[in-house]
Amino acid sequence: MASHGIKDRVAIVGMGCTPFREHWDKGVDDLALEASQEAFAAAGVTKDDVDAYWLGTAQSGMSGITLARALQLQGKPVTRVENYCATGSEALRQASYAVASGAYDVAMAVGVEKVKDSGYQGLNAFPIPNDGTTRTLTAAGSFSMVAPAYAEKYGVPMEQLKRTLARIASKNHHNGARNPRAQFRREMSVEQICAMPNVAGDLSVFDCAGVADGSAAAIVVRAEGAHRYTDTPIYVKALSFVAGNGSGLVDPGYDYTWFPEIAACAADAYAQAGIDDPASRIAMAEVHDCFTPTELVLMEDLQFSERGHAWEDIEAGRFDLGGDLPVNPDGGLKSFGHPVGASGLRMMFEAWLQLRGEAPEDRRISSIAGDRNLALTHNLGGYPGEMVSFISILGAELG
Amino acid sequence: MRGIISYGTYLPHRRLDRSTIAAVAGTGGGKGTRTVASYDEDTTTMAVEAARRTLRPTPARPDALWFSTVAPAYVDKANATAVHAALLLPTEAIAADLGGSVRSGIAALRLALGGSGTQLVVSADIRTGLPGSADEAAGGDAAAALLVGDDGDAPVIAELVGAGSATDEFLDRWRTPGDDRSKQWEEKFGETRYVPVALAALAAALADAGIDADRVDALVVAGLHGRACKAVAKRSGVDGAKVVDDLAATVGNPGAAQPGLLLASALDTAAPGQVIVLLTLSDGADALVFRTTDAIASFEPALSVAEQAAAGAPLPYGKFLAWRGHLTPEPPRRPEPARPSASAAARSEDWKYGFVGAKDRATGAIHLPPSRVSMEGGAVDDMEPIPMADVAGTIATYTIDKLVYSPSPPVVFAIVDFDGGGRAPIELTDVDPAAVRIGDRVEMTFRRLFTSDGIHNYFWKARPVAAPAKEA
Repeated sequence: MASHGIKDRVAIVGMGCTPFREHWDKGVDDLALEASQEAFAAAGVTKDDVDAYWLGTAQSGMSGITLARALQLQGKPVTRVENYCATGSEALRQASYAVASGAYDVAMAVGVEKVKDSGYQGLNAFPIPNDGTTRTLTAAGSFSMVAPAYAEKYGVPMEQLKRTLARIASKNHHNGARNPRAQFRREMSVEQICAMPNVAGDLSVFDCAGVADGSAAAIVVRAEGAHRYTDTPIYVKALSFVAGNGSGLVDPGYDYTWFPEIAACAADAYAQAGIDDPASRIAMAEVHDCFTPTELVLMEDLQFSERGHAWEDIEAGRFDLGGDLPVNPDGGLKSFGHPVGASGLRMMFEAWLQLRGEAPEDRRISSIAGDRNLALTHNLGGYPGEMVSFISILGAELG
Repeated sequence: MRGIISYGTYLPHRRLDRSTIAAVAGTGGGKGTRTVASYDEDTTTMAVEAARRTLRPTPARPDALWFSTVAPAYVDKANATAVHAALLLPTEAIAADLGGSVRSGIAALRLALGGSGTQLVVSADIRTGLPGSADEAAGGDAAAALLVGDDGDAPVIAELVGAGSATDEFLDRWRTPGDDRSKQWEEKFGETRYVPVALAALAAALADAGIDADRVDALVVAGLHGRACKAVAKRSGVDGAKVVDDLAATVGNPGAAQPGLLLASALDTAAPGQVIVLLTLSDGADALVFRTTDAIASFEPALSVAEQAAAGAPLPYGKFLAWRGHLTPEPPRRPEPARPSASAAARSEDWKYGFVGAKDRATGAIHLPPSRVSMEGGAVDDMEPIPMADVAGTIATYTIDKLVYSPSPPVVFAIVDFDGGGRAPIELTDVDPAAVRIGDRVEMTFRRLFTSDGIHNYFWKARPVAAPAKEA
């Protein structure tokens, strides 16, 4: 038993990403088509050149037919996947393994979510018949429970922690303001964010990711032939996934100040990529900032900060756009909103732009230097105590 | 010897200050407070709480459960079965409703006292009326339970020594099924009918017991006709000082639950060898004469009526109206919850109704909800059931969710770690959101989470521990 990974065996050769918006005038078909066409164009292929497709959508359509019909694919294998909010990443993971196995030469992952047709704000999970005893809480409520637990454990005064959380949101808004694909493009100061009323625990709406419709897509091929499609392929160094057993909701040993699924996922991802010291190799990260306490804790789970010290690194600006390790240079979920099936691929799209030097100048990172030339994307689904975690590590160089 | 083996009562946490009514309703109100069942309570959940407290001080277990209310959560479907499930009573124990009229409460008690075996008699009521009405102010919400049986499994603390009844058909108070208020004929008419039948029932019961009225140590007069109750007490021949306080100033009149509640109140302070008379006025009158035994000296009720009456927290009149369906505030703009699945609920009956988890026999790890596979060590189907409803816990972390759907936002939610092991993410109730802290102590309470498609979704919540644990 081992997690061997597929380091440098497949490469992304084309990507597309729609603007993330409240697309009142676009449906699932429109969004998937737009992201796919951009990816086809980037790789210089047609839909017929792609041998197999993976569609990631949490609840905007069932079966591969959702994509086959939208793109009018003829006789292609199309698989719909769902893995909570890591659905888009899961589509890329399956497509990558299919190519690495030799089963197909060219595979495509398309993530899409049409959230804004529900008539409600926020994300609303598809109800599965149950005994009525499962907890009813918004995602904001669930993640907000991390803040008092963290403050208590590490002796950080709640007022200080609130400021740190606001700084995370402010940083992501700063980055998103420089991204035309982002939904929210207004900078927000720490003071403005701190002045907002709480909606769940100590979180205000500005501690929460928005909700948007959107789609993103990636085309993957074997690494050795990647240059036939583009001069600057992005190589997959690691794809790690952990599905928790939900024990955090049951086991008093879990203290709500970290996410064990993510710590395990990170260890596996670094091992797959052959990374001993993440700080010396990772030049940027796109992480799942669904709520500000999530990003706080992720800095520790991803080994970017020591336990109990992420809040200090955040305050020191280490994860800012111009910092040592920019986190969410595209603005993150905070600025983009969260079309569930698309978000994981949207993160990779930013890595694709930054690693290829294609990000616009006003949000281009300057942290890539020497061996520190890798990008990490982290995508989670579920809730503290009960989550799935995905991590990819990507790089523009082989080896 | 047959009589009462144990008893327990439940007063909901919230209190309506009657002086706040008139400012909104334009009329009505008065002095003092009344108890108010929470938005997540109904007569079934309150019955569960009173019944749990009744079984706590005694090892005796009933082989019959009779549940009486005039505000049933369901008709067609029995409500007593949910109480039976929450108490984890064996399948062989019968559980049924005796409902419809206020008189059903005392009738259930008479039947149990006249029957055999150990029988649990539970009554619960939620009383209200139109805004500003006398019934709205005078009513109260409560539940009471009495465990009736023979000296055997457990000692009788109050023996039945006499009984008398007088039945009379006349129209004093009535309600058509579906109406949310009752109506009353001119009060004086009812009084002319109630007083003579009540005195007759009392006389018959005292004669049955061979006791004179002046030997009565405590007289409970219960009934929704307040004026008649007072007149009967006055003319009963029992010294006015021995008439048990009807709790009108703090609790209000909880209808079908009033006889049980006031009898419990009398038992709370009774010494051995005392004579307690329960006289109820409802469509006639019924009188029961009890004599306390030596066993009452060592009987410790889970929580006395006086302790509960003195506790509680205020509820604004607007919330009272909303909770009783007389005011409809804007709900959160979130989807309403889906109805629970009958088959899924049946599969997890002990968990859903009894809060029974599973304990890994090898590692001791407690699983809430029960799991077939252990989270520690991975053993399969090697668990034993572990009832957790009476285990207190501590808040590990918490939140106040103003976004999520609730019949009465916001939702206060906590991760609760139970004493001796086990954790559950659980909603809090009867709590001031601003006062919740990590480390707070909580206990479990049976509640109605929501109603969807007419299905009441019952499960457990946690509330701040009602009273400090008594020193052993």
